[in-house]
Amino acid sequence: MAELKTNKEQRYDRQLRLWGDHGQDALESAHVCLINATATGTEILKNLVLPGIGAFTIVDGHKVTGEDVGNNFFLSSDSIGKSRAQAATELLQELNSDVSGNFVEEDADKLLENDLEFFNRFSLVISVQLPESVCLKLACVLWKASVPFLVCRTYGLVGYMRLAVKEHTVVESHPDSALEDLRLDSLFTELKNHISSYDLDSMDKKDHSHTPWIIIISKHLEKWLSEHDFQLPKSYKEKEEFRQLIRDGIRKNENGVQEEEENFDEAIKNVNTALNPTKICSSVEEIFSSEQCEIITSQTPAFWVMARSVRDFVQNEGNGKLPLRGTIPDMISDSDKFINLQNVYREKAMQDASVVAKHIRSHLQAVGKPAESISEQDIRLFCKNAAFLRVLHCRSLSEEYSVETINKDNITSCMDNPDSEMVLYLMLRSVDRFFQQHSRYPGVYNYQVEEDISRLKVCVNSLLQEYTLNVNVKDDYIHEFCRYGAAEPHTVAALLGGAAAQEAIKLITHQFVPFNNTFIYNAMAQTSATFQL
Amino acid sequence: MADGEEPAKKRQRIEEQPEKMAVDVSSSSSDWDGRWSHVQKFLERSGPFTHPDFEPSEETLQFLLETCKILVIGAGGLGCELLKNLALSGFRNIHVVDMDTIDVSNLNRQFLFRPADVGRPKAEVAADFINSRVPGCHVVPHFKKIQDFDESFYRQFHIIVCGLDSIIARRWMNGMLLSLLIYKDGALVPSSIIPLIDGGTEGFKGNLRVILPGMTACIDCTLELYPPQVNFPMCTIASMPRLPEHCIEYVRILLWPKEKPFGDGVALDGDNPEHIQWVFQKSLERAAEFSITGVTYRLTQGVVKRIIPAVASTNAVIAAACATEVFKIATSAYIPLNNYMVFNDVDGLYTYTFEAERKENCSACSQVPQKLQFPPSAKLQEVLEYLTENASLQMKSPAITATLEGKNKTLYLQSVASIEERTRPNLCKTLKELGLTDGQELAVADVTTPQTVLFELQFTS
Ligand SMILES: [Zn+2]
Repeated sequence: MAELKTNKEQRYDRQLRLWGDHGQDALESAHVCLINATATGTEILKNLVLPGIGAFTIVDGHKVTGEDVGNNFFLSSDSIGKSRAQAATELLQELNSDVSGNFVEEDADKLLENDLEFFNRFSLVISVQLPESVCLKLACVLWKASVPFLVCRTYGLVGYMRLAVKEHTVVESHPDSALEDLRLDSLFTELKNHISSYDLDSMDKKDHSHTPWIIIISKHLEKWLSEHDFQLPKSYKEKEEFRQLIRDGIRKNENGVQEEEENFDEAIKNVNTALNPTKICSSVEEIFSSEQCEIITSQTPAFWVMARSVRDFVQNEGNGKLPLRGTIPDMISDSDKFINLQNVYREKAMQDASVVAKHIRSHLQAVGKPAESISEQDIRLFCKNAAFLRVLHCRSLSEEYSVETINKDNITSCMDNPDSEMVLYLMLRSVDRFFQQHSRYPGVYNYQVEEDISRLKVCVNSLLQEYTLNVNVKDDYIHEFCRYGAAEPHTVAALLGGAAAQEAIKLITHQFVPFNNTFIYNAMAQTSATFQL
Repeated sequence: MADGEEPAKKRQRIEEQPEKMAVDVSSSSSDWDGRWSHVQKFLERSGPFTHPDFEPSEETLQFLLETCKILVIGAGGLGCELLKNLALSGFRNIHVVDMDTIDVSNLNRQFLFRPADVGRPKAEVAADFINSRVPGCHVVPHFKKIQDFDESFYRQFHIIVCGLDSIIARRWMNGMLLSLLIYKDGALVPSSIIPLIDGGTEGFKGNLRVILPGMTACIDCTLELYPPQVNFPMCTIASMPRLPEHCIEYVRILLWPKEKPFGDGVALDGDNPEHIQWVFQKSLERAAEFSITGVTYRLTQGVVKRIIPAVASTNAVIAAACATEVFKIATSAYIPLNNYMVFNDVDGLYTYTFEAERKENCSACSQVPQKLQFPPSAKLQEVLEYLTENASLQMKSPAITATLEGKNKTLYLQSVASIEERTRPNLCKTLKELGLTDGQELAVADVTTPQTVLFELQFTS
């Protein structure tokens, strides 16, 4: 058999179709740290252990309580009183023997005190239900070390995630709907020659009705341009006229009646796609004009060496255009005509990529790195995705928390709607303030719920005052957060577990686009929002 | 929200029918200190966002633990998550129905299964796992099809949650719950409503909906949201392939029945590696003939089995939201979702919540008689095509019967070969030739519904 399928490929088949073997390799070489194995924490890890992450380490100094076992699937009642880190590691490890499970039976802040660099070894650190003060301390350390930090929290029926990553680059963003890259407004020589090889008028009937719409549109565009001062059809009216021009090109039978030619119908439908001007979108322009593209050193990551080289291509050989993507959509055509046309695009894309590769080699050479340090395969992938590159910059937690740099405008404008998910963010900040003052969260004990409402209100007001936020937080939310009593209901924890795991996979594989930077989930209304704070 | 009476109604129903309480649960002796404290905060405290009917009490937890009976349809990606979520939210009387057995490719997300379980029934393994991990929880497995059960089975549940990957099964379930509705003097009897929570996922996308049959939009009201599956045209597959998929479809549809590589009458089995290997090799040959690149073993398997990519995380998100809705409806602690939520985390994290509207003349849930408008000269074939292709009907293999001269007559039936053969000539006959008249009632049965759909034939000129 040419390809014997391994058990692993079968096991991961459904996800390999989403992130490919290279995405899986990245996942299998990652080591993720989880702080606190509460329900939210073990649910996140479950969704990383199942797809086969390389290793995880749980840092948790708590002993298992009855409450913990009540909402956590990865703790059992006979583990009550034992180390939560160990108990959870054992039950999570059992999910997948490919994964290496580790634990440290200590609180994160103690660990940080003893070894400031402990957390720097991980691909990603995820904290769950971590008190604000420890969270901010850890965030500072990880920010300096450029380790991505994902803060997660389930608080009653509210889910919260905050991503702190200085810079995250994405080559394969896998856009849901992408514009085609056909260059019909600026034919490259090989495509021009290929189109010239067609003569629609002299074709027999069968060939005529099996000519790809790209050829049909190009032929009619040629005619249009010569009659319209070389201006493409732009307005709705012009496009309609252009469609009519194509419609007139449909073959007629001996009685002068038009035949049915589906490929022409397809051409008419695709006029908009075809006339879409070739240009570089603003987010890619931004990447080209960023600092990291300016000076290449031996420390520059491969992403930026490639981005710079694509920019070199655009400014020189590409005449302002990105390297060609090299794919065309399926269309009515016989096999030969389609494959030949596809090959014209493919070969041009290969050529463009090899020009980019030349730029890459010269940059690498200039900083004394071997040319092979970036593979041909990576270069081709990068060029193919050049239009979809994404770079994410999150603000740090200290920027978010500082009175000087807090994103006041965003908060205030969101709070124009008093039921915006932003109010839940303000409430989370307020319960943290409550914790600072009372060493417990509001409403944890039944007998204190009523009194805590007014105590929490004081915290809300002092938060708003400190940051001079001129917004109104409804009393209902204060009451509701006291009702929560810092409970971590399993279903909210499980939702966050899914969402956080997916963000972790995006960060590890550098595929798909992570959120930036705060995600709030409201389980009461089944709504959510993302804010840049 | 139109479901004001919901939870009160449910409890009332239980009081009326005491046999429903006779469920076998271990007493709360299996509980330990603090076990339900995360749940109790929502049940024993008042709050500003609760359902108007909500009253804080210790009884609600007892209702969940001892009385409330939930049915989970599907023990796959969503089902495993649902069972865990419900069990840890206080639900103990849970039934699960699934006709599938465990495959290796399930293990990347269906976390109740281990390599040693491959080949065993999903429902049974899932139930065993939950029952042993969550003390006191009593999951009853049914290794069966949903169609194997009748009304009396479905009627025993307070809430039904669907985690299915098949639209046909969803529609059937929807139809079943609609058939349980009781109308008195034209008004819906609230106690006959069993809420349906439906989740679905595909890759990084998912959706969740809450259906109160007869009151809010049902699955068939929004059929347009599920676009019919698009197949490649036969002439492309047969004579002008362009994509690797076309080559694989050629081998699957045309070459397999012709070459019978594993003997006469052996159907192509997507789970048999030798079969896939054969299709893969032949597809490579076909592709080489047309200079097409990109045929791989993985793609071959994907096309043959129509594989939908799936990950643990999306299932976790959707199943969690579904279970939250079950909890809301069972306890009145919050107002349930009204009534549709979509989720997508390809680019950032995105959710969108909206109210899907009921379709006035929905063929499943409206009491409006369905109409079929055709000229008398139309052939039965055209009617058949309408039933399968119309976006709001999307039937699969409709069987059409009519009462002619006082006798019930099958005009066309596909699912039984001998009857199909006998009735096939009718497809080429016109409605008039078949003796059908204006205003005639046509009864249509289909796999998408447990009930027969009645249509009134209206002749157009
Ligand atoms: Zn309906």
